[in-house]
Amino acid sequence: MADSVSSEEVAVISNTDITSTESENNIINTMVERGTALLRKLEINVAEAEKRTGKNTVNMQETYTVYLIEIRPAETEGGTPAAPDTLWRRYSEFELLRTYLLVTYPYIIIPPLPEKRAEFVWHKLSADNLDPDFVERRRVGLENFLLRVASHPVLSNDKIFFLFLTEEKGWRDAVLETGFQDKADSRLKSLSAMFRVKNPDKRFTALKQYSDELNSIISQLLRIRARVADRLYGVYKVHGNYGRVFSEWSAIEKEMGDGLQSAGHHMDTYAASIDDILEEEEHFADQLKEYLFYTDAVRSVCRKHELIQYELEMAAQDLVQKKQQKEELATGTVRIFSLKGMTSKLFGQESPEQKESRLAALEQSIQEGEETVKEKNTECQEFVRAAWDDIERFKEQKDKDLREALISYAIMQISMCKKGIQVWSNAKECFSKM
Amino acid sequence: MRQHMYTQHFGRKTRTLANTQLYCEQQRRFRAKSNVTDRSFYFEIRYRKWHPRRASECGCCVELRWKFVFSKSPELRAMSGHTVPADFSEHMLDLDEDEDLEVFTKNTSLPDGSPMPNSPSSMVNQYRLEDDDEGQEVANTKDIFVTVDHPESQVTAIETFVLYRVVTRTTRSDFDSSEYEVRRRYQDFVWLRSKLEEKHPTLIVHPLPEKFVMKGMVERFNDDFIETRRRALHRFLNKISEHPILSYSQHFQVFLTAQDLAPHRKQGPGFLSRMGETVRAVANSVRGLKSRPEEFAVMQEYVDDFSNKMCCMDKVTQRIVKEQREYVDELKQYSPTYARWGELEEDLTEPLKGMASCVVQCSKEAEEHIQHLSEVLVPALHEYVLCAETLKAVMRRRDNIQAEFEAKNEALLTRKVEQEALQEEVDVLADRMEQANNSLKGDWLRWQRSMKTDLRSAFISAAEKNVEYYEKCLAVWESFLVSQRADSSGGQEDVA
Repeated sequence: MADSVSSEEVAVISNTDITSTESENNIINTMVERGTALLRKLEINVAEAEKRTGKNTVNMQETYTVYLIEIRPAETEGGTPAAPDTLWRRYSEFELLRTYLLVTYPYIIIPPLPEKRAEFVWHKLSADNLDPDFVERRRVGLENFLLRVASHPVLSNDKIFFLFLTEEKGWRDAVLETGFQDKADSRLKSLSAMFRVKNPDKRFTALKQYSDELNSIISQLLRIRARVADRLYGVYKVHGNYGRVFSEWSAIEKEMGDGLQSAGHHMDTYAASIDDILEEEEHFADQLKEYLFYTDAVRSVCRKHELIQYELEMAAQDLVQKKQQKEELATGTVRIFSLKGMTSKLFGQESPEQKESRLAALEQSIQEGEETVKEKNTECQEFVRAAWDDIERFKEQKDKDLREALISYAIMQISMCKKGIQVWSNAKECFSKM
Repeated sequence: MRQHMYTQHFGRKTRTLANTQLYCEQQRRFRAKSNVTDRSFYFEIRYRKWHPRRASECGCCVELRWKFVFSKSPELRAMSGHTVPADFSEHMLDLDEDEDLEVFTKNTSLPDGSPMPNSPSSMVNQYRLEDDDEGQEVANTKDIFVTVDHPESQVTAIETFVLYRVVTRTTRSDFDSSEYEVRRRYQDFVWLRSKLEEKHPTLIVHPLPEKFVMKGMVERFNDDFIETRRRALHRFLNKISEHPILSYSQHFQVFLTAQDLAPHRKQGPGFLSRMGETVRAVANSVRGLKSRPEEFAVMQEYVDDFSNKMCCMDKVTQRIVKEQREYVDELKQYSPTYARWGELEEDLTEPLKGMASCVVQCSKEAEEHIQHLSEVLVPALHEYVLCAETLKAVMRRRDNIQAEFEAKNEALLTRKVEQEALQEEVDVLADRMEQANNSLKGDWLRWQRSMKTDLRSAFISAAEKNVEYYEKCLAVWESFLVSQRADSSGGQEDVA
């Protein structure tokens, strides 16, 4: 797939005969047109998929699929396009890259990968990861992922991402060297932790609710789609039986024979057409799935914010407590129950030196606490600012993409109707000739 | 004088044939579709004077002119059908050169006043002009119209049943009045049909709808069931009234006219005689036929194959209806989900609501489509499944008649005594067999033509409805697309 990145115009859909694969290109073209520095330099493709066998970490033979990433310089000044730099990556490496990005940019909505296992299947698709249709759709999904990252204003500048595209061997070490694993663990913990934030940010709460609702809606749509696809398949395929019976019937008729025979052929055509139709519809399902997985990414940003907010609140609370303690100590009034207060009552007051040293320690602690609070505050504000930037960008992208997806769905329906009209008009003519 | 008579009769039924080539083609069809009617419908053709020259090239026209001549002149009637008078001119009507060919129909009997014979074989020579619009043609020549409507439940102490109103309009002279209205129940139809089959064992009597529907045990008084049955009963009576022999049956007339059918139902051979026939039939079938005449062997094979195919078609169609119903049920689920999504979003509300509405509209179209299938194609195919059974029964009865004759004939050949009595019986049976065979042969062609017409029109209708369904859905999605592009582009793009 050679994108014509050099064109400056946004792709315009100007007729209903555009296929949905063409409109998929439109989405990608639009991404490309956002014009990150990276994409101005490079063209990125996931061109092929291949099966490999090798030994895994526990020294057992396994079969897995690798994907070929092609990088080409974007501008070719006349003459033949340069040969692409290529490297092979398997799915688990993509996963590693994504985890790295998640940890390193917690305030960014990281684009999702295509699904690990086929879900929302209808009966025709197998859930087998080695099924060629599944592999093909995954290839498209991986390319989409790379392009989304490459077109992101922040993520596209990441060094590790660049290495992923260019360094086949050394990349893994480079990733591990960043030490993101430690952060990964804590992040995982935080995402699953249960905690209550005292003053939740209303915007984030609303966003989380939206994202959860959207997740539920898209899941529902995908389930319905699978069932509808199954039924529609049944309808079309049963018409194939007409083809068979007409053909057999035509053998015993004299006058009606020709008409029946040719009508039978059209019935066979009709029955066979559903395979292509559902293949195209699969594409729409994939677009929905991408946003389904996006909702997970949105949710995790919200959660990360909650965590930061919580830590800030904790730090602030801690500081308040320490200040109170200092005040108590300084003035000797016991306003709140404290163990030291009790013990001093029981065992007598402490000596002035002890008191001084304790005061000093508290002062120190308070200063540190204030630092921490300031840090956390900055961190939080930074996070919020950066996150909302990205969230606004995401909203725009989502609206545009989903609108395109709905349009391409309508186009697909139109094409399906046109095919139906043609087949049945032909059949009607055959019947008229009977 | 003659001219005037014709115009008076069917003046409005003129048909213009634009050129002689068409005329010749019409003639060919004219010839191929032999009608089987025991009323004489002559088609007298006036044509240009120069046509006789062409006619000599066209074998069918020659034959037709012979027929034309036949109707005019008793002397020529004496001629055999194989020789053609060299010059017809004195028998033809005078015409202007510019006049178009016109076709008239005329009710008449034979020139000597005797009624036309009743058996189908003698009618093979009669011609009926084939029309593009066959329905209209039948209407042109139909003189009896029957409808079945207004089903009403009747409750008595013993039972509950449905009465159908049967309305007849006719211009036939053997009916006392021109309009009749009676009430009949399903059993009355069964009676009529059994009487018709009894009197004409080798004619193809259209089947009745079944007594009950086996699958799903539909309740007898369910509205859909009654409506389906009413339609089928209407078709049944119309098929009988279109049949050249059956429509003149006395039982048919009684059925249509008698206010109370009960006294008529008691007459005639009853249960016991039918029983006797069945016993004979079984006995004969055990013996087996010596050999079936070639054409009936072919017919039997066809009937068996046809029956298989119709059963398959029926099953496939019912399966399609079922699958489509399930599809629509699932499809409908999209709409509330899209609507819910539309509420959730801000900028995407319009397209999402649009999707919801598209789905609703498409489901409606699909439901209409299913309705049409159930009302047109399913009953048509089912009817011919039943027809196939009727055909099998007719073939069996014909076989039995042949078997009876053969049995008696064998007795005649082997037994030494009672030769005269046996000979008489054999002669009677031989006549009966010949009549049965001829009846069937004649009716077979008529039935085939009728089957082709019925099924062709059902298939065409189904195909048309499919096209219509897709066209409507196409319009729905195209208007959605237009609205989306208009929104997003602000009118800058070309909308194809």
